[in-house]
Amino acid sequence: MTIKKLMVAAGLAFAASASQAEPLNIGFVYVGPVGDAGWTYGHDAARKAVEEKFGDKVKTTYVESVAEGADSARVIRNLAQKGNELIFTTSFGYMNPTLKVARKFPKVKFEHATGYKQGKNVGNYMARAYQGRYLTGLVAGSMTESNTLGYVASFPIPEVVRGINAFTKGAREVNPDVKVKVIWISSWYDPAKEREAAETLMLQGADVLTQHTDSAAVIQAAEAKGKYAIGYHTDMSAYGKSAHLTSTIHNWAPLYIAKAEAVMNGTWESQSLWYGLKEGVTDIAPFNAAVPAEVRTLVEEKKAQIKAGELQVFAGPIKDQQGTERVKVNESLADDDLKGMNWHVEGVDSKLPEA
Amino acid sequence: MLKLEKRPSDSRLMAYLSPLIAILLTLLCGGILFVFLGHDPFAALHTFFIAPLTSVYGWTELGIKVAPLLLCAMGLTLCFRAKIWNIGAEGQFIMGALGGSIAALQFLDADSRWALVPILLAGTLSGLGWAALAAWLKTRFNANEILTTIMLNYVALNALLYGVHGPLKDPEGFNFPESALFADATLLPVFSDDYRLNISILFALLAMVAIWTLMARSWVGYQIRVLGEDAKAARYAGFKDKQLTWFALLACGALAGLAGVSEVTGPLGQLVPQVSPGYGYAAIIVVFLGRMQPLGILFASMLLALTYMGGEMVQMEMTLPKSLTGLFQGMLLFFLLATDFLIAYRLVWRRQPASHSTTASQA
Repeated sequence: MTIKKLMVAAGLAFAASASQAEPLNIGFVYVGPVGDAGWTYGHDAARKAVEEKFGDKVKTTYVESVAEGADSARVIRNLAQKGNELIFTTSFGYMNPTLKVARKFPKVKFEHATGYKQGKNVGNYMARAYQGRYLTGLVAGSMTESNTLGYVASFPIPEVVRGINAFTKGAREVNPDVKVKVIWISSWYDPAKEREAAETLMLQGADVLTQHTDSAAVIQAAEAKGKYAIGYHTDMSAYGKSAHLTSTIHNWAPLYIAKAEAVMNGTWESQSLWYGLKEGVTDIAPFNAAVPAEVRTLVEEKKAQIKAGELQVFAGPIKDQQGTERVKVNESLADDDLKGMNWHVEGVDSKLPEA
Repeated sequence: MLKLEKRPSDSRLMAYLSPLIAILLTLLCGGILFVFLGHDPFAALHTFFIAPLTSVYGWTELGIKVAPLLLCAMGLTLCFRAKIWNIGAEGQFIMGALGGSIAALQFLDADSRWALVPILLAGTLSGLGWAALAAWLKTRFNANEILTTIMLNYVALNALLYGVHGPLKDPEGFNFPESALFADATLLPVFSDDYRLNISILFALLAMVAIWTLMARSWVGYQIRVLGEDAKAARYAGFKDKQLTWFALLACGALAGLAGVSEVTGPLGQLVPQVSPGYGYAAIIVVFLGRMQPLGILFASMLLALTYMGGEMVQMEMTLPKSLTGLFQGMLLFFLLATDFLIAYRLVWRRQPASHSTTASQA
């Protein structure tokens, strides 16, 4: 009797310790290679931060360079089937595949980056990168001598358009004569095209460049020609010691850690999160020595105001390229308008491609 | 001494053996590569090539990738047999997806399966129409089809981008470059709700049988083969080479177009910019790997599809980089080209002194 009881007790204890030792499996789907900088690198850095924070309590798996077509659903499903209980799909094109797979795995939690659809077990998240764009715009507007800024852009979707507009708005607040020229390269990652576009922009007179693409080619092009550049996604100072002024960066770690914790505690729920400067998900990289003290002070001031909720980047009055007033004084654009933004503010010198 | 010698005629045996040797060499070198990466080579190769196929799900996923590859490859075979170097299956595939999507977006409220018929037809005809451009340029102006088809691929890609960024964009999609999701009735029927595999694999197998019959048993197929072997002889025999060119290109365009529309009405369910992961180009590899023979092409397309799935698998199981997929595909092609050399040449062992003694006896 006692032996039997003992064995049951031991068995229970074993089961309990086993369930405690069972780590939370977390899967990540990346659109590009991890590399040394850029969008995917940022997500992978956050994955490592999750591992560091929770140690043995988590086990992460990632699959890189997953094409956004029909193949992505298989990768997502495989991750779910292999026992991952939380899966981050980190590019817009995974939205519908994620939702499709999620319906088949109701117990698995999914988090999709940059999309707009949600499901019972699918949340989405995005960074308010435009806040960083606005701050870097202040820097670019102060540093330009030709009053011409160059912007290498990927596709005319709201996220990119918003970034261009915020950058332009920041630049024109410190320098109303500034024009921003944009070249669309129809690719997220194509170092050759990015560089070519950067060279063209410099020939058109731009002396501060930035990009909404994944490589550091634009920084390198500016460095080679002795111009300035502002990075995106990650701190790109390594690619242009004298050219790189600062970067708008994403730091997904706080968001990923919070989500992992929520799954562990059983408190996860499907949310649509748009985190920015306040939550530390958006930030800017350290300044180059060339950035004067008064510019740094101004940027820090505005940053503090945005963090405190006192300043909205898209506060009126805002005119569009045609000069029509889009936002009135004392008003500012709501999140829903920002999420669907498809027009340029005054000061953007290039036409938005028919979209 | 080891010497290379031209064979009196091409070796049929080597033509069939060389892909097998290439596969074995790829496995061998792949195994060595895994050893250097610090993994058990057998376990790694197992994960790469066997593990993806240990479940019904794995096989259905293989089928999803094989269907478009096989459709494009069968069309290309027809062209390549006639020595018409159509590199444009990619563009024809994209136009098929685009044309099919335009049709599918007209049937967003459809609840009848019959709506699929005009959609598939629209896709097939779009691919055919795109190939017709190349056929017209070749037969009318004698424009090199390698150049025209490659350039038309880029035009097709830009037409697709214009479509998804412009008029075909989902009006409720926050400006993202994707079409609306198609109506359920206009999606290709699947074999089971648990899997994504749809009837496009049947289209592909049907196309395989049809092209095989055409090439092996029909008068047109015979003319195409003669045209490919010797264009002058074909003309001398009175074959109408322009008509044959039209036929081969249109058939290829139609098949690639069907593959494209099957992709948007199949696993995707909407038009997206990344509709093709390069199926039209991969199909060229498949055709040569498969020796332009239907069964060979079927196996080659399965093998190529498997390298994609295996690459995903080793990433997940062993955290090895994605580049392995490219490495394996590259090795396979490299070894195939290398061993293909043995079709026309052979290695012979010849003793040096033997020739010496002959000269001596003559003296």
